[in-house]
Order: sequence, then structure tokens, then C-alpha cells
Amino acid sequence: MTEPAKKLWRIEINEKLCKGCGICADFCPTNVLEMKGIIVGVVNLDKCTGCQLCDLRCPDFAIQVFPR
Amino acid sequence: MAGKQKKFIQGNEACAEGALYAGCRFYAGYPITPSTEIMEIMAARLPRIGGAFIQMEDEIASVSAIVGAALGGMKSMTATSGPGFSLMQEGFGYACMTEVPCVVVNVMRSGPSTGYPTGPSQSDVMQAKWGTHGDHPAIVLSPSSVQEALYETIRAFNLSEIYRTPVTILYDEVIGHMREAVTIPAPGDIEVVERQKPNCPASEYKPYEVKNGKVAPLAAYGEGYRFHVTGLYHAADGFPTGNFKLIQEANERLISKVENNREHIWKNEEFYLDDAEIGVFAYGVCAKSAKFAVKELRKKGVKVGLLRPLTIWPFPDDAVLEMARKVKTIIVPEMNLGQIINEVSRASKGQCEVRGLFRVDTDPIHPKQIMSAIMGKPVDATVIPNEVMIERDMIDG
Amino acid sequence: MSTQAAPRTVPYKEKTPFDYSSYLRKGKLPHIWCPGCGHGIVLKSLLRAIDATGLNKDDIALVSGIGCSSRTPGYVDFNTLHTVHGRSLAYATGLKLAKPKLKVIVITGDGDALAIGGNHFIHACRRNMDMTIMVYNNYIYGMTSGQSSPTTPQGMISTTAKYGSIEPVFDTCDIAKAAGATLVGRGTAYHCQELEKTIYDAIMHKGTAVLDILDSCPTYYGRFNKVKGNSELMEIAEKDGTVSQAQAAKMTTEQLQGKLVRGILHRTERPEYCEEYEKLMAKAQGK
Repeated sequence: MTEPAKKLWRIEINEKLCKGCGICADFCPTNVLEMKGIIVGVVNLDKCTGCQLCDLRCPDFAIQVFPR
Repeated sequence: MAGKQKKFIQGNEACAEGALYAGCRFYAGYPITPSTEIMEIMAARLPRIGGAFIQMEDEIASVSAIVGAALGGMKSMTATSGPGFSLMQEGFGYACMTEVPCVVVNVMRSGPSTGYPTGPSQSDVMQAKWGTHGDHPAIVLSPSSVQEALYETIRAFNLSEIYRTPVTILYDEVIGHMREAVTIPAPGDIEVVERQKPNCPASEYKPYEVKNGKVAPLAAYGEGYRFHVTGLYHAADGFPTGNFKLIQEANERLISKVENNREHIWKNEEFYLDDAEIGVFAYGVCAKSAKFAVKELRKKGVKVGLLRPLTIWPFPDDAVLEMARKVKTIIVPEMNLGQIINEVSRASKGQCEVRGLFRVDTDPIHPKQIMSAIMGKPVDATVIPNEVMIERDMIDG
Repeated sequence: MSTQAAPRTVPYKEKTPFDYSSYLRKGKLPHIWCPGCGHGIVLKSLLRAIDATGLNKDDIALVSGIGCSSRTPGYVDFNTLHTVHGRSLAYATGLKLAKPKLKVIVITGDGDALAIGGNHFIHACRRNMDMTIMVYNNYIYGMTSGQSSPTTPQGMISTTAKYGSIEPVFDTCDIAKAAGATLVGRGTAYHCQELEKTIYDAIMHKGTAVLDILDSCPTYYGRFNKVKGNSELMEIAEKDGTVSQAQAAKMTTEQLQGKLVRGILHRTERPEYCEEYEKLMAKAQGK
């Protein structure tokens, strides 16, 4: 028995625009993101559901989630 | 409007006629004595010709609204008096900084604060130059008859469009409420300067770019040129800048666009100055009294002349210096306690004596007083006999 | 005003990211707002809402006053007017009356709209001119580094309320409604999708629409009041401090104490000013 193919996502972070506020990481429902120094980084990409909340709540136009 | 018309009207009515002739199609204002008639006339006339009139909640809102309307592409104006003019100063500075053409009329009344609302003065003449904060340009016109209130209002709109800057019309309560026979010009009689519109592609439009020494045409909002306007120092593209060089240039340019064109903006009337030994420098209603005084004394053989500026700012430096070189004394009658006299002293560069004649009791300076001053005689405080003096009721509008 | 059919549902729920680039002026980012400031989130909700209306960029004017929120117009590709402190509504009123085809959106803050601009605010509501007034409410003056505003809650610290504010607060929505605004709503940066829908409704409304938009100033309001994280401040003020109308309907008066209700709180119809002025002109011209 095979599981249905899991939809995959790609997260793009614009390092020039990210101000490291941490809002995206704190409110990510599946803890995909984590602060890495002064900007955010992706730590659990396989848990990403593509909900877009990180993008919607990013004040700095710095993060986007694309279907892979 | 068919052909020339002759009307017997007040200065405030003439001002409104001039504004409509010049193409003013937006008026925002707040009632205040002694300027309110302008607003009332605009309220009646503008809707008839497709223009917009709005009574705002205060004078701050009024000056703001006319700048907003000017950016919507309309020639716009407001009128006020002393206290309202004070309230408008920040908005006036915004119009200077953003280079938005508009016209502000200040019908001067007496005193600081509420003062004497129905009495004239000329005590806002320095405020009209320096009222708003920061180094800013000032074009201020000072008519001294009802007919001139009309003509100078047209000129105010024209200068405002040419130099993209707010222009102040400054006259006093006497001119505002006095009735004189006035010729209403027929269309085409007097040149009306229309706003220059950009013809470049929208992507290339820079609202503050100087070309051939001229300020850029001002696009209207909603016509394809999506530009930015801010009261912050800005670059040619309109966006804020913190660049030292650009800030210095921007501020210098605001001033120089007016100062470098002084000769185009200046307008003076000279009267008997050729052989004069005594000169009078007078503007507004005082110039009316001064002209009468000069005429009377000339009949008696006194060599006196008059310099009457219709543009009070930029100050007519050259004309004053020329007069100062001819005469021994310049008399400056003013309905304040000595304001423009300091400019006359500065501009005359020590070439002659400068004496003031100041009066702030809300009665205009009488020709007899000016004659006494010219002849070096003591000047009576008033020419009204005591028995005629009546206690006047105050209204505080 | 040229409108196309709304290209999609509101709020934006596509599985690809919303493309803000056509609404942003090139080379203006990063914006001046501090890390964690909610203004950027509100701006994005606004751009998505505008996109959903199908309005042409040439037909939109963004007018603002002075303050952090009022810096918004510089970043976006509309007809933009950054005016003086408190007076944005008066500039907007002149612009709208001069050019009624423009959809005028005013960006203002709690201090700009309710303190220095309070008089213009109530009169704008009274006139019911067709415009959307977005009051970015972060409870503090951010641009001047953290002084009290008319919405700083009692007991909270600011640089001008070192011992806790004793000033009673204004409720933006209550004032707007009382003054005659025909649509009044509230949203938060935290509830950014709901906010997008609220802004969309406000823009599509004919008449004066006022939105009280709660967002956070972690740099001053948060720091002074011992809220450590940016997100923590959003949780306290925006997530836990507000309830939706559906939630509110199920709550008792006691439970609603200290909570602000989100959504469209008031909607009514009244003649719109510019349309009334058109009629006045026809009357004056004997038509």
C-alpha cells in the first residue's frame, strides 16, 4: 500500500529584506521555520503544508512559499 | 460673460471675479471677517460653472483641501484673515515644499489674536513672507484698489502656475469692503496662464525635475502619471531623500525659482518720482492715501513722489534703491508698528533717511497725516475730531 | 472608475504566493518600519484587497499624514500623497471633490487621525465622501519614539506616561459611527486574511468607510511594557485582545470585557457627498 503523494513546497527567503522579526517562525502551524541568527531559516521543509501564513504575516515582503 | 462689464463692487467681490476669470474652479474655506464675502460669492458662483466649493471645518483643512484639489488638476484658492492665516501657515509651507500651485487671500484685519475683526491693518506683511517655518519662497501681491484686487488675483493665479508655488494676495479690510466702479474684463482681455501638463511617457515623468531652468509640469492625479508627493525633502522623482547635496539643492531651488525671476514678478507704480526730493513708499490702502497726499503737495510745489509696489514679496529692492539715490528722505506709512520699513531701510542701503508713519488704531492712515509727515511736521494721532469719535461695537467674527 | 470583474475570491487563498510586485514601486524596499512592526502586514492585506477590487492603479489615490503608517504611500505604485501631520483627510477631501473618479484611500495612525487630526476625522465621517480611512492603531506614537496616543490603554507605559497612562482612550469605531461614517470596521495584522476581506468591503463601500486596524509597535509599545517578543505582542493585543463578531455573539458582557470586536461593525446608507454635489451643481445651473 502506497501513501498518496505528499505535495511538496519550496520556501524562498529574501535575505536582503528579512529583518529577523521572527513572526513567520513563531506563527508557523507546523514549525517549519526557525530563527538562524538575524534572519529566518527553513528547518523542517517536509512538514510545510503550503498554508502561506508565513508569507501573509511577513511585514517585510521577505518570504514566499511555492509549490515544488 | 459677454463682453466687458462695469460693476460697482467691493474688493472682496472683485477678488472673487478675478479668481473666476483666472480659471479658479475649486474653493475651500472657513468663514472669517473681513474675508467672508469671497467665500460666499464662490459658494454661489462655482456650482454654476461646474466648479467645486466646500466649506471646511477650519482654515487648516481649507488650505489642505485646496492643495489636494490642485493635485486633482484644478486651479484652487482659499481666502481668510489674520487668525485663519496663522492657522494656514503649515499647509502653506507644504504647498511651497511640494510646489503645488494655489492662491491664498489674506484680508488683513487688526491686531494679534482676535484683535478688531472689522478694522483694517497691514500687520501681516512680514507673516506673509516668513509665516511658515523653514526657508521658503514667497510671492505676495498687494492691490490697493478694488479694480486691482481683480487684476492682481488674476496675476496671482498666473504666477502660481508659472512658478508652481502658492501665491498670497494681501490686502486690508478697507480694500476688501470698499466699493468702487470696476471693469470686469471680457474673456481674452487678460492673459490667463494654464497649467502645463507633462507630455512625456508616464515612466519618465519626474515631478520635480528642472529643465531649462523651469520647474517641471505638474500632472494631475488620476491621469496616468502615478507620482509621489511628500513634504519631506525629495529628489527630482518626488521620493524622500536624505542626500545632503540634494537637500541643499532642493531648498536653494525653491528660493531661487522666485528670486531669479524677481523682475518678472515685480510690479511697481511710480508717481512723480523723476524729480522728487522726498519719496513715499506705500502699499495697499495706505498707497491710496499717499497718492492723494502726494498730488495735493505737488499742487503746492513740494517735490514729492510715490513708489507703490503691487508685488510686496519678493521685495522691490531695485526700485527702492533707485528711489533712495534720488531722494533725501523716504516716508513709509504703514498700518502696523513698523514692518516693511525695515525692508525699505535695508534696500535703500543708507542712501537716504527712512522715516515711518505707523498707525494701528484700525482707522486708515489719512492723507493729511502723510502730508504732515512729508513736510516734517508733527503728525496728529487721528484726523477725526473728538466729538465725532463714537464707541464702536465689537463683533468677534 | 474602470473596474474589471473581481479576478478571485477574497481573501487570497491560492496555493501560489500573491505577487505584490506590480503594486510596489521599484527599488523602495526594504521599508523603514522596524522588525516586527505590523504596518507591513497591513500593507500587504491592503494590496491584496485592492487587487481583488480590480481597480486600475491610475484610479487609486493613497493619501497619508505623518507618522510611521503614513510612510506607506511612498512604497506603492498609485497616485500617492504624503501630507502633514493630522491633515490627510482634508487633503483627501479636496482631492476627491476635485476628481470624484478617484478611489481615495487614506492611511493614518492613531495619533494622526484621532489626536492632531481629530477634527478632520469627525468632519470627514460627517460628510460621507466616498473614501476609505484606514487607522493603523498601534497605541503609541512610533515615529517620535513612543509617546502616548489617544488609544494608549490606561496603565500602559510610554515616554510621556512613565508611571502608566491615566488618559481615557478613544474607540476609533465608536467615534466614526457617531460622527456619521457609513461603514465602520475593525481588523488586526494578526488576522491578516480577515483584514484583507474587511479592507475589501471598505473599499467597495460607497461612502466614508473607517477601519480601526490593530497592529503592533514592538520597538516602543512592546519594549516599554515588558513584552519581549514581536509575536508575543501580536498575540496579546491582536489575537487574544479581540474576538470575531461570531465569537462575540456567543459571549456574555462580562466575557467581552477588555475585548475588541473585529469585522464590519456598522454599515448603513446615506447620500454620498460628491454625488450630492453633482445634484447641487445641476440645481445651480437650473437643470
